[in-house]
Amino acid sequence: MTTVGEEGKDKIFFVTKEDHATPSNAELVEEDPDDPYEERGLILPSGEINWNCPCLGGMASGPCGTEFKEAFSCFHYSKEELKGSECLDQFRAMQECMQRYPELYPQEEDKVPEENASKAEQTSEEASESDADSKSTSDPVQESNSTESSVES
Amino acid sequence: MLKCRNVWRKLAPFARASSTLCRQNVKRTGLHNARVPGHVPTAHMATGPTGSGGENRLYVLVIGAVAIGGGIYAYRTIQEGKQRYEERIATNTSLHHQSAKQTTTSVQIETPATEAIETEVVPESEPQAAPSTEEPSPPVPDAETAAPSETTEPLQAAGLDTAPPSLALPPHAPYLLIGGGTASFAAARSIRARDPGARVLIVTDEPDLPYMRPPLSKELWFSDDPAVTDSLRFKQWNGKERSIYFQPPSFYITAEELSNAENGGVAVLTSKKVVHMDVRGNKVKLDDDTEISYDKCLIATGGVPRNLQVIDRAGEEVQKKTTLFRKIDDFRSLDKVSRNIKSITVIGGGFLGSELACALGRRSHHSGLEVIQMFPEKGNMGKVLPEYLSNWTTDKVKTEGVKVISEALVKSVTCKDDQLEIKLKDGRLVKTDHIVAAVGLEPNVDLAKSAGLEVDSDFGGYRVNAELQARSNIWVAGDAACFYDIRLGRRRVEHHDHAVVSGRLAGENMTGANKPYWHQSMFWSDLGPDVGYEAIGIVDSSLPTVGVFAKATAKDTPKAATEMSGTGIRSESETEDVASSAVAASTPAPAVTHKDDYGKGVIFYLRDKVVVGIILWNVFNQMPIARKIIKDGEEHADLNEVAKLFNIHED
Repeated sequence: MTTVGEEGKDKIFFVTKEDHATPSNAELVEEDPDDPYEERGLILPSGEINWNCPCLGGMASGPCGTEFKEAFSCFHYSKEELKGSECLDQFRAMQECMQRYPELYPQEEDKVPEENASKAEQTSEEASESDADSKSTSDPVQESNSTESSVES
Repeated sequence: MLKCRNVWRKLAPFARASSTLCRQNVKRTGLHNARVPGHVPTAHMATGPTGSGGENRLYVLVIGAVAIGGGIYAYRTIQEGKQRYEERIATNTSLHHQSAKQTTTSVQIETPATEAIETEVVPESEPQAAPSTEEPSPPVPDAETAAPSETTEPLQAAGLDTAPPSLALPPHAPYLLIGGGTASFAAARSIRARDPGARVLIVTDEPDLPYMRPPLSKELWFSDDPAVTDSLRFKQWNGKERSIYFQPPSFYITAEELSNAENGGVAVLTSKKVVHMDVRGNKVKLDDDTEISYDKCLIATGGVPRNLQVIDRAGEEVQKKTTLFRKIDDFRSLDKVSRNIKSITVIGGGFLGSELACALGRRSHHSGLEVIQMFPEKGNMGKVLPEYLSNWTTDKVKTEGVKVISEALVKSVTCKDDQLEIKLKDGRLVKTDHIVAAVGLEPNVDLAKSAGLEVDSDFGGYRVNAELQARSNIWVAGDAACFYDIRLGRRRVEHHDHAVVSGRLAGENMTGANKPYWHQSMFWSDLGPDVGYEAIGIVDSSLPTVGVFAKATAKDTPKAATEMSGTGIRSESETEDVASSAVAASTPAPAVTHKDDYGKGVIFYLRDKVVVGIILWNVFNQMPIARKIIKDGEEHADLNEVAKLFNIHED
């Protein structure tokens, strides 16, 4: 059972697993999905891409940031059956740019653009949680590692 | 002159014998400046006629005293004036270098040879001339610092730039970030993400590109690599290695490329200090007299480690054996020193002090180094953790090989026989070879005066609003920002995650977002394999706390949790993990129930019955819930119910 102790102003509880077996009755305030102050995931409520999402690491801000933004935007808004099929030029430009910076964008080039695109879409949900994650949130170190892409930026 | 007259009037009865001569002298010297009357009576005395002995002597004495008094007064006034003048000169050295150097500017652009001549002419400009001589040489990989000489930009050269490095500097930066640390880098990234093609200029007085600080007192010390002080690489919680630098040099563009870069970029000016800020003119002045104007400016100057007053006053010998730890260079020198001495003392029981003590303590297992830690509180993290937890932590620190001296107030430090002797107020004496002082950070508000920015008197740092803005076009982020937190009130936070969050927010606001500080930053600390915690909000041990701990079972060794959490030391957690899981299989029922074994739990910090801070003690991946509770700011009647949300019994 719960043991209670007190050290002056500090209260201490020791609880067993059984003590915590019943669901909590603590009331939490309901989240407002349109709260403008909240940190957002990859896709904003308006449908636009949040380029400042920690999940992107430095992709949108590095030397190839412009190319990346163009390629990814094209992919995101693509309505083709094969999503992004009309964006080959942009992806090629991005790839060329990345090849010029092998230090920043390790050479798994061929996979990276598509991987990034699809992964980013998938992780848009996870991003809002990974955003809130302890050290993977805002730590630039962890951001790039929490995504599965091997791009280090 | 008037003084003399008054004196004369008073002494008239005494001086009748020599009256005519004196009066004549006074009239003559009336035309001279203030100093002379002080001397006149003395001179007069030397030539005066002999009157009646006793009266004359008294007269001499009195006049003499007055003369000396007047002389002293005049001397003092002049000295004071000189002092004030010198002080002004010291703070505005750049302005005065200008006049001497400008005459030779036009000549120096051409060749390094002329620079050599220039340095002879103006000796004090040597430090600036030195880097300039390197310029003509081919650009080095990290070309941001050694900006190649731009002889094609006579406009800039003819202007205010004096030393050739500044020839290449852009006269205008749309986004100027002062300081090259975590907050600055986060802001740069944010700006680049939101403003396509943004041109960002970072100016830092350090020689290094932006890097992260936490590994300097943690992971880098646990590295097996003997060359770690050069590579500065460490292993993360997921096993991947990385450098402490946020980005390799190729991420950045050079300063002179900045103005012309098609898609903009981030340029870093290293080893340059901003010494003056002109808010009305929207420009700053560097220590080499370059002026850079800006559209939006971020001040992220961080801080400087505080020192103990007794060490400041103790003299050079003691200070040579003292380290103030903050930067890469401090890490390198401390690593070197700690390998060559027998005993080291860390003064300070907070985050940095305790982390360094533990890191050095671990080393002591191999090297036999004696590691001592002393602080005024009763236990490690005494200002953060409630007493019972602080005591528990102190015991753990001791098992890391650290000799902990608590309730220690340093009275004096002297150097004797090449050793340091630390005398405490209660009489204890500690002999050691080297001291690391980790007694706090002084926020750097050097620019407050010239910029006319407010400095907070309670917390220190620049006072900014909830959107991190000090004035139009000026934001402050990181350690130096005293900001208004809508939930928790005005505060100043010195943690890594805060630097990232506030830097990012400042960057967003510099690009028009107008968002307040809302996403609460967190922090964490590792003190060896047994103690790892994450925390959020206001975590001050003077607040009432409620701690909810899981009754420890053999399975709940924190070491098992560390691998999941990523906060522990990897090498330790790998070996321990095997051990604990084997134990768990054989003992299903809770076996160990020490009353004071605080293995896993949650500690709530309350202010007026509202939770303002939470520590997750060996409980990981639950930060989002903690953040939510703080954000809600609700009064919860039963905190045990709230604690249920954290699943503290789960691995």
